[in-house]
Amino acid sequence: MATETVAGEVEVGMPQLDFSTYPNQIFWLVVALVAVYYILSRIALPRIGSVLAERQGTITNDIAAAEELKLKSVEAEKTYQKALADARAEANKIVEAAKADIQADLDVAIAKADAEIAVKAAESEKAIGQIRAGALESIEAVAKDTAEAIVVAFGGGADKSAIDGAVLDRLKG
Amino acid sequence: MAETGEGGLSIHPMDQFIVKPLFGDGPVGMFTITNATLWLALAVVSVLLLMVMTTRRRAIVPGRGQSVAELAYGFVHKMVEDVAGKDGLKYFPYIMTLFLFIVCANFLGLLPMSFTTTSHIAVTAILALGVFFTVTVLGFVKNGASFLGLFWVASAPLPLRPVLAIIELISYFVRPVSHSIRLAGNIMAGHAVLKVFAGFAAVGAVAPIAIFGMVGVYALEVLVAFIQAYVFTILTCVYLKDALHPHH
Repeated sequence: MATETVAGEVEVGMPQLDFSTYPNQIFWLVVALVAVYYILSRIALPRIGSVLAERQGTITNDIAAAEELKLKSVEAEKTYQKALADARAEANKIVEAAKADIQADLDVAIAKADAEIAVKAAESEKAIGQIRAGALESIEAVAKDTAEAIVVAFGGGADKSAIDGAVLDRLKG
Repeated sequence: MAETGEGGLSIHPMDQFIVKPLFGDGPVGMFTITNATLWLALAVVSVLLLMVMTTRRRAIVPGRGQSVAELAYGFVHKMVEDVAGKDGLKYFPYIMTLFLFIVCANFLGLLPMSFTTTSHIAVTAILALGVFFTVTVLGFVKNGASFLGLFWVASAPLPLRPVLAIIELISYFVRPVSHSIRLAGNIMAGHAVLKVFAGFAAVGAVAPIAIFGMVGVYALEVLVAFIQAYVFTILTCVYLKDALHPHH
C-alpha cells in the first residue's frame, strides 16, 4: 500500500485499523442491521412468503381443476363413443329388418312367379303333347294310306288290316 | 485519487476507505454522521426497495422487481433449509438480513466514488461475532452440555479424540476471525486494486492497459461482491447447523 506522505490530516496506513472510527461504524452498523431486520421480518418476508404460498395454492387449484376437466372430457368421450356404438347397432338392426322384409317379399314374389311359370309350363306341355299326338296320328294315317297305295300299285290285293299292322310295327320299331 | 505531483506518481488506494464526517471536519465520534453512516443507510434503502417496494402489489404473476425479491427469498430460504435443516428455518429472517445487507453493501460499494462499508473489519467483525455468539448461545440453549459433543469426535479412535478436541476447539474460535476477514479482505483488496489501476490510468503510456485491467478487475469484483455475500451466508448456515445438530 502507498505509505508515502498523504495530504492533510489523514493518517497513513490502513483506515480499517483506525480504531477511533470503530464506535461510529459499529453503532451505525447495528442501527442498519436492526432496520433491515425489522423491514424483512415485519414486512418483506411475510409478504413474499404469503405471495409464494398463494401462488402455490393457485397453481395446485388450477392443476386440480384441469384434472377434473380432463376426467370430464374423458367421460364425455366415453358417452359419445357409447352413443355412436348404439347408433351403429340400431342402424344395423334396421338394415337387418329391412333386408328380412325385402327377402320375404322377394320369396313370396318368387314363389308366385314359380307357380305361374309352372302353370304355364304345364299348359304348354299339354299343348305340345296334343300337337305331337295329332302329328303322330297324321303320320300313321299317311303311312297306312301310302303303304296301301303302294301295295295296290304293285298289284297286290292285300288285306287292309294286315297292312295297317305292318305299318304300325314298322313305325314303332 | 491519483496525483502526479512533482515527485512523480503517487497513488493512494486506501484513501477510499477513510471514515470521515459528512458535515464539517470534526472528530469521528460514536454518533457522528459519517460517510459510513450514509452508505449503511443506502444499503438499508436498497433492501427496502428490493424487498418491499417491488412486492407492494403482491402479484400472483410477478413482475421483474417482484421476481428478483422472490428469487432472493427462495435462494436464501432453500440454502437455510438444505444446510441447517427444517428447524433452521426459524432463523431464516436473521440469515436473510445478513445476506441482503452484505449483498447490498457490496454492490453499493462498486459504484464509483462510493464508500464500501463491508470493506471495514469493524463491520464484518460485528457481523461475524454476532453470528458466533448467537450460534454458541443457541447451541448451549438447544442442546445443553451435549453441545460440547461438537468437539468430541465420537467416530475417531479414542486416543485421537483429545487431540481432535483441541483442534476442533481452536477451529471453533477461529471461525469468527476467518468469517470476518474473508469478507473484509476480499472486498478491500479488490477495491484497492481497482484504485491502483485507476492511478496508473493517469499515466499516458500504460493507460490502455490500466483501463482494460480496471474493466477486468471490476467484472471480477462484481462476482466477488455476490460470492462473498453467499459465502458469508452459507457459512452462517453451517454454523447454525452445528448449533442445532452438534453431533457429527
